[in-house]
Amino acid sequence: MIVAALDFQTVSDAVATGAVYALMAVGIGLVFGVLRLVNFSYGQLIMAGAYTLAFTSGWPVWASVSTCFAVVIAISLAMELTVFRPLRGQSPAVMLVTTFAIAFLLQAVALIVDLRNDFIGEVATSISALNEAITVGGVEIRKVTIVAIGAAIVALVLLALLLTRTTIGLHTRAAAADFRTARLLGVRVNRVIMFTVVLSGVLAAAVAVILTVQVPLVSPDFALHDTIIVLVGVVVGGLDRLWTATLGGFAIGFASGMINGALPTDNTVYLPSVLFGIVILVLLLRPAGLFSWGRRASAERV
Amino acid sequence: MPEPVLELQGLEVRYGSVPAVRGLSLEVGNGEIVGLIGPNGAGKSTTLHAIMGAVPAHAGDVRLHGRSIRGRPPERIARAGVALVPEGRRIFSDFTVEENLRLGLAGRRKRNGADPLQQAYDLFPVLHEFRRRSAGALSGGQQQQLAIGRALVAEPEVLLLDEPSLGLAPMAVDAVFEALRQIREREVTILLVEQRALHTVALADRTHVLAGGELRLTLGPADAANKDKIIAAYLA
Ligand SMILES: Nc1ncnc2c1ncn2[C@@H]1O[C@H](COP(=O)(O)OP(=O)(O)O)[C@@H](O)[C@H]1O
Ligand SMILES: [Mg+2]
Repeated sequence: MIVAALDFQTVSDAVATGAVYALMAVGIGLVFGVLRLVNFSYGQLIMAGAYTLAFTSGWPVWASVSTCFAVVIAISLAMELTVFRPLRGQSPAVMLVTTFAIAFLLQAVALIVDLRNDFIGEVATSISALNEAITVGGVEIRKVTIVAIGAAIVALVLLALLLTRTTIGLHTRAAAADFRTARLLGVRVNRVIMFTVVLSGVLAAAVAVILTVQVPLVSPDFALHDTIIVLVGVVVGGLDRLWTATLGGFAIGFASGMINGALPTDNTVYLPSVLFGIVILVLLLRPAGLFSWGRRASAERV
Repeated sequence: MPEPVLELQGLEVRYGSVPAVRGLSLEVGNGEIVGLIGPNGAGKSTTLHAIMGAVPAHAGDVRLHGRSIRGRPPERIARAGVALVPEGRRIFSDFTVEENLRLGLAGRRKRNGADPLQQAYDLFPVLHEFRRRSAGALSGGQQQQLAIGRALVAEPEVLLLDEPSLGLAPMAVDAVFEALRQIREREVTILLVEQRALHTVALADRTHVLAGGELRLTLGPADAANKDKIIAAYLA
């Protein structure tokens, strides 16, 4: 078992899963930062992107991928304008239930669209070439593993530059740290929110591209399981800071990849139980999150 | 009196059904400093928040150059030329000093002219010295300078300050009042909320005493020598 866990293929797959989950964690964490809203419908954004890739499988890769990004960003913006903005200032519980409702709605729409051909599930093939293995220094590694890790690093670096080097990035960080004061200083919070919603949509679309390469069969519950695990990861990591949420996402992705590799195949059904066991332990020992040193459990928000 | 820049007309603010400000009217003329003093819970911060649009006015009006700004969101009021130095400073302690100042630019309308950050650095040289440091590492007095500097970089027409001397050592308090004197020379119109009655009455063109959400009394600079009158105003 230990030996299996240490094999290179397992480790590289676990890192790739961690990288994808880190991107999802950032997408969820960004929106949480300014809206104090845990978006449970984030997985359905990814699902919508995956269906877009499936339905455009016959198109050139660039056209298929751009359409995926356009669709996911459009749905994100529509969510903000028609649901989140009108509900601004409502209690967190209302917002939470609302994102559940959106999740179910998007799944229902996906099911209806999908069932037109009497099968549940569509296959996304436009970029499946990435699923082939190549040999690096004598070890086999799937191209998508390299792409996933590379894409995550590039996305995180770009995001960090955007947040620290631009005015809109400064305004976004300010709104996340102290929404009320940011507004009093003249920060146009609706713009900031649109900006973060678009960014989180871009990340969801990128994740859709990577996940459909790994798992080309797209169904209405696509990415649902992953989203639940990531949500657990960001809560454990600590949602009040973007980088702790990101680390939490990476850590839980890496851990699930390693446990997946370590457990005998017929035991992987226990994976969620093992993860939730770890989560409960962490929340008991470090209620403010695994990576939040010297901070209180709840972010101050006046 | 100079032409009024900021006017409150019968301002009423309630939290739920509890009134916090009742029928408050006052004017601040161009380049004036008007003081607003009164005990804790008098409604001073609420008045400033109502001017900024951060709490809704239940009745009455807030006018800037004669035009109503009531009902506008805070970011629009900030961009219309009203800057607030909030109670408790509210600086972004994880950000650098310079980032805090750059945040103040969000409320700036002018897009040209002298470098606004440099103007803040001229007034508070210590901010320039520490501009790359995290704002949370500054002393209380320096943080207050940062909060005032952050409001000034927007080059506001009207500056609202909410107890800028709160919690500061005596020397830092003097520095704050000295800075306000210098800001007055830049022809900024100032509404100063304070608990330090003597300092405020001495500095301001006139000072209103607020209690229970109502204007009780107005004092002039000449009253600064008359401590009894100020104390009586508080006790009234
Ligand atoms: N957010 C709020 N919700 C409910 N009541 C408030 C709130 N803010 C202030 N108050 C009440 O309004 C009154 C005026 O408060 P405030 O304007 O903060 O006074 P001051 O700044 O003069 O000390 C007080 O009785 C206070 O308890
Ligand atoms: Mg107050």
